[in-house]
Amino acid sequence: MADAALFEFLHMEMVAELWAHHSDPGPGGTPLLTLLRQIFSREHRTSLYAVLGQKMSLSVLEGMGFRVGQALGERLPQETLAFREELDVLKFLCKDLWVAVFHKQMDSLRTNHQGTYVLQDNSFPLLIRMASGPQYLEEAPKFLAFTCGLLRGTLSTLGIKSLVTASVASLPTCKFQVVIQKT
Amino acid sequence: MSRPAHRRPEYHKINKDLFVLTYGALVAQLCKDYEKDEDVNKYLDKMGYGIGTRLVEDFLARSCVRRCHSYSEITDIIAQVAFKMYLGITPSVTCNNPSRTEFSLILDKNPLVEFVEELPAGRSSLCYCNLLCGIIRGALEMVHLAADVTFLQDTLKGDRVTEIGITFLKKLDEKKYRRKK
Repeated sequence: MADAALFEFLHMEMVAELWAHHSDPGPGGTPLLTLLRQIFSREHRTSLYAVLGQKMSLSVLEGMGFRVGQALGERLPQETLAFREELDVLKFLCKDLWVAVFHKQMDSLRTNHQGTYVLQDNSFPLLIRMASGPQYLEEAPKFLAFTCGLLRGTLSTLGIKSLVTASVASLPTCKFQVVIQKT
Repeated sequence: MSRPAHRRPEYHKINKDLFVLTYGALVAQLCKDYEKDEDVNKYLDKMGYGIGTRLVEDFLARSCVRRCHSYSEITDIIAQVAFKMYLGITPSVTCNNPSRTEFSLILDKNPLVEFVEELPAGRSSLCYCNLLCGIIRGALEMVHLAADVTFLQDTLKGDRVTEIGITFLKKLDEKKYRRKK
């Protein structure tokens, strides 16, 4: 579907643009950054900014994904939401949600049956456009943050609080780790 | 399940919604990052431009557009082929000047604003869909056509329709260009 291409290009541009903006706060920035600017010397600041900036960018992207995931969750038909078990919800994410959003199913789902699930996609569409293998490993987290949020947001609408992180060993394969938060 | 998952109509809807919802989240984030409407508009246009420069390759690969000989043919293709392919709508095209370099795309329905009732408070100059202008401008530039693309009417600002104005800037020289959008 052509819409998929539009989303993929938008996502790529969002990563580039939001990354650039949030990784390098410039003269402005939050009170925390202003304080740090006052305390640390220039050379220490640069690497600190880099780390903080990266964390901020990832959380901005993740936050956007979360909002979109919540909204998508609200649009799901009611009958699909009658899940009996937590595992059914995760299976739903791996099959139905992944197909609806990425036109393919998740390739594997593993769990320790104690609230941790690992979802593996061997050819994740948002990583496909980057060369396979280890060259862009450093860049990969930026391209996964939005999707982590998406999963977390959809789970939230389905009544499940979770923490979702992603890891990449070799593009385009990636793993999403979902840890259910018990309240 | 009795039917394959990807053919269920609700998943088609989820997929269409994904782009619109993501776009909304993006505009919301930019409004947080930038106080002035002009800055948000500028960034939407810049991002659209980046998307357009890549989208045009995707478009040319999927469509079988023939060589164009006039700006009016190009505008027709943008409206009838590109918009249809990517957003599922076909804007109507009008020509705004006798030398046929200024055109308008009129959208009765704008899918990008499907979930938007009104502009956020204090954001009356926000061009919510400015990404589209950037996309068109970027795509045209990749096929060696310079154009100004702006919103002339906006339903979020009280107009009846959404109108995108395309003004081609350079005189089209047939001998120079072998391939046009």
